[in-house]
Amino acid sequence: MSVAVREAPATKSDAPAAVNDFVINVATANGSGSQTSNGVLLRALFKMGIPINGKNFFPSNIQGMPTWYIIRLSKDGYLARREVTDIQVCMNGRTVAEDMERVLPGGIILYDDSLPIANHRKDVTFYPMPVKELVKAAGLSHALRDYVANMVYVGALAALIGIDPAEIEAALFWHFGGKEKPVRLNMDMVERTIHWARENVERQDTYRVERMSGFNEGKILVDGNTAGALGALAGGLGLASWYPITPSSSLAESIDKYASTLRTDPDTGKATVAVIQAEDELAAIGMVVGAGWAGVRAMTCTSGPGISLMAEFAGLAYFAEAPAVIWDIQRMGPSTGLPTRTSQGDILAAYYLSHGDTRHVLLFPANPAECFAFGRIAFDLAEELQTLVFVMSDLDLGMNLHISEPFEYTDAPFKRGKVFSAEDLAERGEAPWARYMDVDGDGIAYRTLPGTKHNLAAYFTRGTGHNEQGFYSESPDDWEQNLERLRRKFETARKLAPEAILDEQEGATIGIISLGSNDAGVEEARDLLAVGGLPTGYLRLRALPIDDSVRGFIGRYEAVFVIEANHDGQLHTILTTEEPGQALKLKSIAKCDGLPLSARFIVEQIQNRLCGRDARDARVRKEAWV
Amino acid sequence: MRAKTKVAAARAGTRAASTRGARSAKTNRIGLAKNSYKGRPSTLCKGCGHDSISQRIVNIAWEMGLDQTQVVKLSGIGCSSKTPAYYLGWSHGFNSLHGRMPSVATGAIIANTALQVIGVSGDGDTASIGIGQFKHAVRRNLPMVYIVENNGVYGLTKGQFSATADEGQSLKYQGVNELPSLDICMEALTANATFVARSFAGDPKQVEVLLKAAVNHRGIAVLDIISPCVTFNNHDTSTKSYGFGRANEIPLHELNFVPEYEAIEIEDYEDELEVNLHDGGRIILKKLDPNHDPKDRDVAYAAIRRSHTEQKLITGLLYINEEEPTFTELLNLTDTPLAQLPDDKLRPSREALAAVMAAL
Repeated sequence: MSVAVREAPATKSDAPAAVNDFVINVATANGSGSQTSNGVLLRALFKMGIPINGKNFFPSNIQGMPTWYIIRLSKDGYLARREVTDIQVCMNGRTVAEDMERVLPGGIILYDDSLPIANHRKDVTFYPMPVKELVKAAGLSHALRDYVANMVYVGALAALIGIDPAEIEAALFWHFGGKEKPVRLNMDMVERTIHWARENVERQDTYRVERMSGFNEGKILVDGNTAGALGALAGGLGLASWYPITPSSSLAESIDKYASTLRTDPDTGKATVAVIQAEDELAAIGMVVGAGWAGVRAMTCTSGPGISLMAEFAGLAYFAEAPAVIWDIQRMGPSTGLPTRTSQGDILAAYYLSHGDTRHVLLFPANPAECFAFGRIAFDLAEELQTLVFVMSDLDLGMNLHISEPFEYTDAPFKRGKVFSAEDLAERGEAPWARYMDVDGDGIAYRTLPGTKHNLAAYFTRGTGHNEQGFYSESPDDWEQNLERLRRKFETARKLAPEAILDEQEGATIGIISLGSNDAGVEEARDLLAVGGLPTGYLRLRALPIDDSVRGFIGRYEAVFVIEANHDGQLHTILTTEEPGQALKLKSIAKCDGLPLSARFIVEQIQNRLCGRDARDARVRKEAWV
Repeated sequence: MRAKTKVAAARAGTRAASTRGARSAKTNRIGLAKNSYKGRPSTLCKGCGHDSISQRIVNIAWEMGLDQTQVVKLSGIGCSSKTPAYYLGWSHGFNSLHGRMPSVATGAIIANTALQVIGVSGDGDTASIGIGQFKHAVRRNLPMVYIVENNGVYGLTKGQFSATADEGQSLKYQGVNELPSLDICMEALTANATFVARSFAGDPKQVEVLLKAAVNHRGIAVLDIISPCVTFNNHDTSTKSYGFGRANEIPLHELNFVPEYEAIEIEDYEDELEVNLHDGGRIILKKLDPNHDPKDRDVAYAAIRRSHTEQKLITGLLYINEEEPTFTELLNLTDTPLAQLPDDKLRPSREALAAVMAAL
């Protein structure tokens, strides 16, 4: 067994230790089983009470390509992506050179000692891990060696920064569903490594974890797709149809996973929800439209290429007025783009999806708890408005684990919208109703469900021109009246959709509008800007179309930065269209590189834009984030 | 058991049912006149085969005493897909997207398993743009009637070839069709269809018996009905014309449908075959082709191949299988349709959700 020594002195050996406030980057090859190790690391740190976020940067590939798992620890609860690496774990020869280059001066590098040291930096500390020898010494079969090899870095990190082995064991039990055998197998590797490190590694105190309280208590660790699945199941879901596509598949698979537990009728033992893997996205949304039309809460989940395929059905749902819900877990586009990298590039496409004059309601969850809540709210809105509603999540929110408030259970009645029953029709006499008549002036007409036992309940549903009775019509007046009613309905949608969240500060002249998973980065950036003397107001948009609160917010600021994770500034485009009178105040900050927005990027962008006016007043100490 | 519920629901509970006691010669078993089963006036060309099929649907629905409020009629896009507006005026209808009726029907069926679903499509809608959804609907054995009004040509867009157009056929503006045609019955069989029939709009009696059997079939019943387009494809050289059909139709059997509520004893003849239908009633086939056993899939393939080689319109019940479970049976859904479940059945208990969260 080789003896590990510190190969180079750290330049900041006298610096105070960073406790619960640094970034670990684990570089592995995908398909090597590192998901278990990384998940166990994250969970152990979470259970120690440390605010953490883990982001998986993985390739569109099954085995052998580079993967990075980046864990940010932040005692202050800042959990956006940070653009730095303090501790680098190198397990992949293909990327070892760039991985070793990435680490901040004073940082440390743990590496598989069979990899070459690609780089002889003097400003970092190298720790070789004798992975092969440790695995060999464990006496495992060849088939298992590769899988447990990644537990070596878990053990090494535990020894080096002080992760409680008991929490690692507990995390393994969670991961393997309480199965003793795999837990023992993996924990043995962890313990062997810890033992080896104690004997052989000269420990340093540059980075350390300590058990803490005040942040994680009462919270859960969950990804947005699981949260959305549970929200839909708790929100009356009757049919989920889907076609596999990254990064949305895990949403449908979570629905499937929890359906039998949560939605088996206790009286009959039968299912109250159907989950169907369709032949393609067209069929998936077609099933949703058919089920919504027939009175069941139905959804599909997909990503960019899927919504392109669903465009024609989006127009049908809008124009024939059938409730439908699409979860768009956004990834990089256009085209196949980067399937495993995050983006908010579908905002424009979704808002206007389909030909003709169509606009849709879009919801923007920012965290898992909101994914859960929107699981139900999307159905409420789709049925109240009798239209298509999108939930716009993204890969970062959907697939990565986030610390979340627990989900709020409610047994309030579902909002099923304006539906006439047979009894309603009987009460209304001889000419009881017309399908597309705006009785209440809110643009929403009454509908009936197939199977309603009344001879006048039926109506004919079509995407072609129709009059108030639903009869085929090519009359210019009928057409215009129908579109005008749909416009009124869209005005009603402004009032029903989830309102924006506002946080305004005394003396702020600069506003920020953002949405979805950018929230963590924006909040951190605002704190940094405020420390530097630039307070900001913040409006987190939770839905389109906008309501008066957005108009008012823009009105109160000299300039409003619209921050989003796409290239063209899509939300900015929509806001300038909806608020032409205030368009010049709206400044686009947009970035599309496949990575979640960092606070650093946001701060720099805002500072640069303000340059020449009040940049000097808005000095933000760079060291605050480096 | 679900299917029984479907039939029972379709036949009970109408307000008209109370008039059953005063049933006259002109009303059916639920007391309705045939007029009640009509739709809006057709806008198709005079003599169109599709109008004939619409009338067949009106007739069988009336004769079977279907409760129209428990029937839904769906279609895609095209001339054939316009027809649901022309029959069963008390039924909900959905004229959906081109080639996508099967998926909309799937959603509606899952939402409400008590509904009797009748889908109408055309050869372009099914065999060209919609071949994928068609075959997957068949593969899933959706409990529905799937009618293809097959004329080998696009009508609404004025006379283009569809995927069922005859190879070598020429049309006025399109020239010659160089490609082999798809056979809808063959496509259905290879996708493991459980009810495959071919008929001819010019043979109304056969169409009606097949439709009645289709309504009571357990899973998907595919009816490929040659339905001539009088405007674009009715010349005698077309296999989709009235002339060709009348000259070349070879029925595999004489068909009779006996509803469950009519206790008719038939005698046991060697050339007769009786198939009990899952959802009630039975179909009696008097063999004209002694070799055709509609329970044998290979025989069905052979009959279709023979129709190609001999250039004949072989009609009748090509294949039937009442044993295969339907898609909704496999989903094991509650007997109460999902669309009718109360809120508390459509969400977990507070405790169940808490348990899931605790395990996250």
